[in-house]
Amino acid sequence: MQALFLDTTGVHTLLTETLNLQPWLAVTIECLLVGVGLLLVYSVLALIYIYYERKICAAFQCRLGPNRVGPWGLLQSIADMFKMLIKEIIHLQHIDRFLFALAPYLVIIASMLAFAVLPWGDGLQIIDFNIGIFFLIAVSSIGVLGILLAGWSSNNKFTLIGSLRSGAQMVSYELSIGLTVLTMVCLAGSMSVSDICAEQSDLWFIFKGHVPALIAFVIYMIAGTAETNRGPFDLPEAESELTAGYHTEYSGIHFGFFYLAEYLNLFVVSGVASLLFLGGWQPLHFPGWDTFNGIMDYCPGTVWFLAKCFALSFVIIWFKWTYPRLRIDQLLSLEWKYLLPINLFNLVLMVIVIVYGLHF
Amino acid sequence: MANITERIKTLCPSATVEGYNIPVVTVDDDHWHALAKALHDDPELAYTYLVTIVGMDWTDSLGAIYYMMNTDADRILGVKVLAKGTREQPLITSAADIWKVATLYEREVYDFYGIIFLNNPDMRRLFLNIDWVGYPLRKDYDANPDINPVSIESERQSDFTKVYSRSADGTVNCTEERIFQPEDFVVNIGPQHPATHGVLRFRTCVDGETVKKIDVYMGYIHRGIEKLCETLTYPQTLHFMDRMDYFSAHNYHHALCMLYEKAAGIEISRRAQVIRVMMDELSRIASHCLFIGTYCMDLGATTMLFYTLRVREQILDIMEKTCGARMTFNYDCIGGVMADLDENFVADVKALLETIPANIKEYNTLFTGNVIAKNRLTDVGVLSREDAIAYGVTGPSGRASGWACDMRKLQPYSIYPELDFEEIVATEGDSMARFQCRVREIEESAKILWQLVDNIPEGEYCVKVPKVLKLPAGSWFQVTEGCRGAFGLYLESDGTTKPYRLKIAPPCLPQAGVVDHITRGFKIADLITIGGSLDYIVPDMDR
Repeated sequence: MQALFLDTTGVHTLLTETLNLQPWLAVTIECLLVGVGLLLVYSVLALIYIYYERKICAAFQCRLGPNRVGPWGLLQSIADMFKMLIKEIIHLQHIDRFLFALAPYLVIIASMLAFAVLPWGDGLQIIDFNIGIFFLIAVSSIGVLGILLAGWSSNNKFTLIGSLRSGAQMVSYELSIGLTVLTMVCLAGSMSVSDICAEQSDLWFIFKGHVPALIAFVIYMIAGTAETNRGPFDLPEAESELTAGYHTEYSGIHFGFFYLAEYLNLFVVSGVASLLFLGGWQPLHFPGWDTFNGIMDYCPGTVWFLAKCFALSFVIIWFKWTYPRLRIDQLLSLEWKYLLPINLFNLVLMVIVIVYGLHF
Repeated sequence: MANITERIKTLCPSATVEGYNIPVVTVDDDHWHALAKALHDDPELAYTYLVTIVGMDWTDSLGAIYYMMNTDADRILGVKVLAKGTREQPLITSAADIWKVATLYEREVYDFYGIIFLNNPDMRRLFLNIDWVGYPLRKDYDANPDINPVSIESERQSDFTKVYSRSADGTVNCTEERIFQPEDFVVNIGPQHPATHGVLRFRTCVDGETVKKIDVYMGYIHRGIEKLCETLTYPQTLHFMDRMDYFSAHNYHHALCMLYEKAAGIEISRRAQVIRVMMDELSRIASHCLFIGTYCMDLGATTMLFYTLRVREQILDIMEKTCGARMTFNYDCIGGVMADLDENFVADVKALLETIPANIKEYNTLFTGNVIAKNRLTDVGVLSREDAIAYGVTGPSGRASGWACDMRKLQPYSIYPELDFEEIVATEGDSMARFQCRVREIEESAKILWQLVDNIPEGEYCVKVPKVLKLPAGSWFQVTEGCRGAFGLYLESDGTTKPYRLKIAPPCLPQAGVVDHITRGFKIADLITIGGSLDYIVPDMDR
């Protein structure tokens, strides 16, 4: 077990030998520490993302964005988080209280579990096992359950329509994500996240797999945007149609969880894209360019990973602030009539490329 | 004109024709329905567009004046129908089967005057609460607040509507009909909803995502402007014009001032005319710019709003310099305009006009050419030409359906006849056509402004008018073009300083009325697309 940003063997030795704890207790304490660390990184990252999106969106809209709280408005998202924390949680009548309260936790747990798989650097990841990418797809599908529950338990017609839209959307686009991931797993020959990264040490998959990898990348970015419920696929919470969709009735920190999960899903989707296509934490390497590769190695893997994530998130944010929203039937026909057939064809293409050794 | 009078006489011998600025035929209820049918169906008369219905209370009798128009031959006719029955239950036969928009207009008359329209399929109140006591525009209405106290309870509402009909023996029957079936899934879109552009409420019956029926519920911002006008002197009534369609504030002011000047026989200077028309066209550009921005925002393209607001901001700055306000200008007055132009006006307008072509190009690149936008707008909410006329949808929305209904061309007023501009007409009738019509109208308005900006004549900006203005007894009707369509005004004067009746026929009321017709079978998201493309303003329809 390896903890985030630190080598756990030191902690393990400290707990078992210096403090003479039982091994099971030591492992439990380590798990808790990792969990707390994960939560911290998770929430700090969400704050950075909120600031990041606001600034980008402002630039697109000829505005300045937050610039009042703190230098360059840096403390704005912290102030907003604080506001969210102290807001009253409104208790509604005629709702299923248990499910209503459960829904935001399901959403946030799904994105947090997916978060745990991301490779932050060489060996820097919380869970690494042989079906890592499979685990990621599995846990990220839990999120839709939370959204459906939120919409259903709110006892409101808008939330119900929003959550049904969301259910249809996420179930459909999960297919595309699954197939693009499968395409790339074919190329990597492994489902383990660390192996996928290691495979890309000489060349990123997007270059190695050329045409099919590029197609898979484009489809993944579209489907990933849809997975995160962001514009132009933000139908479940289409503001001008359903006021706020499935989270209309939520307030305070419960709403905050949905909000947080939305931004973190953005990070997770970009992180998975950088893992599958851009080498995860691997620096940019080209076979034979030894000097260039040497220079690239000066930058640590974590910086590479974060830079890739932010760059890909920029593209997704760019989508949102440029395109109008699709309609539900157009959204579904895009998936079922276009993306899915292209994806299946692309998978076959990738297999041919691999079998005949046509990749770099 | 004479042959039309003769034709009406042959159709209905008992009718009498009076000629104010527009001829008014008077008939009783027994002959009314047959005459209406003939006026609408006869190919020579073809009064297919019902401009408005003016409810009237002449204290001894009640009635309604139907103003109708033949937009091909450019003729307006008023038909005054005297109600039958007692003051407790005045009756007029409905014309809802002839002009579809009459359903809505007759509800308004019923709401204010209590006149029951027989065979109207939906005889509910339109603006006031269903428990309201009395009919406020009747001259004997008791405005005592104890009768209609401000309620702190939830508003009561009914799922039933009433239909009155006359049986063979002459008695009036009332039947109740359901608006929605008990098993229908009805979603309230509005009154507090980001996409209804104000406090309008659509009770929407949906089947999954598909819209089955919409019941438009209005009146949340009804302020009784027509009633208020009856208690104020003529100059005092002007400022209400800013508070209906607040984007057409100049156009509406212009219209009402013109009506009073026409009635009082005041000639205004050419300088004032030019200033008024320039302000009208600037308003039109600002209004259409805001439409483009908010419409794109409704469709999820939030960024567009800021690009269009840049132009609108520039226009508001120009107006602020001259009028001192950015929203409720109150600039036109009887006899001209309130204040002279700002000294930088010409330079500012030129600077604005120079930026417009580049801006429009940008809007088209950003939005009109976008494949998602095309998919969302094309073939959504198609309104045929016949339906546009029958439902009285005027303005850019009507012109997008191929109906040339620009009142600046049909009923030329002020200096519009001298100006060279094109009437934008499209044939598709879908949301995309309505959107593009407005974009192109910005260009036409800019063209008008280019013609005027260097030719503002010298002279006085306001002529002398009597301190206490009394209009001669009589009635006047006129239709002008607001930013959103035909804006009708009916004035009846009894020779005093206050209007006896001032009826305001806004363009947005029929536009809300047509939403149900063109949205059925489309998706919920299309309701937003269609409603946005009609571009109604709720304070305008509610008054």
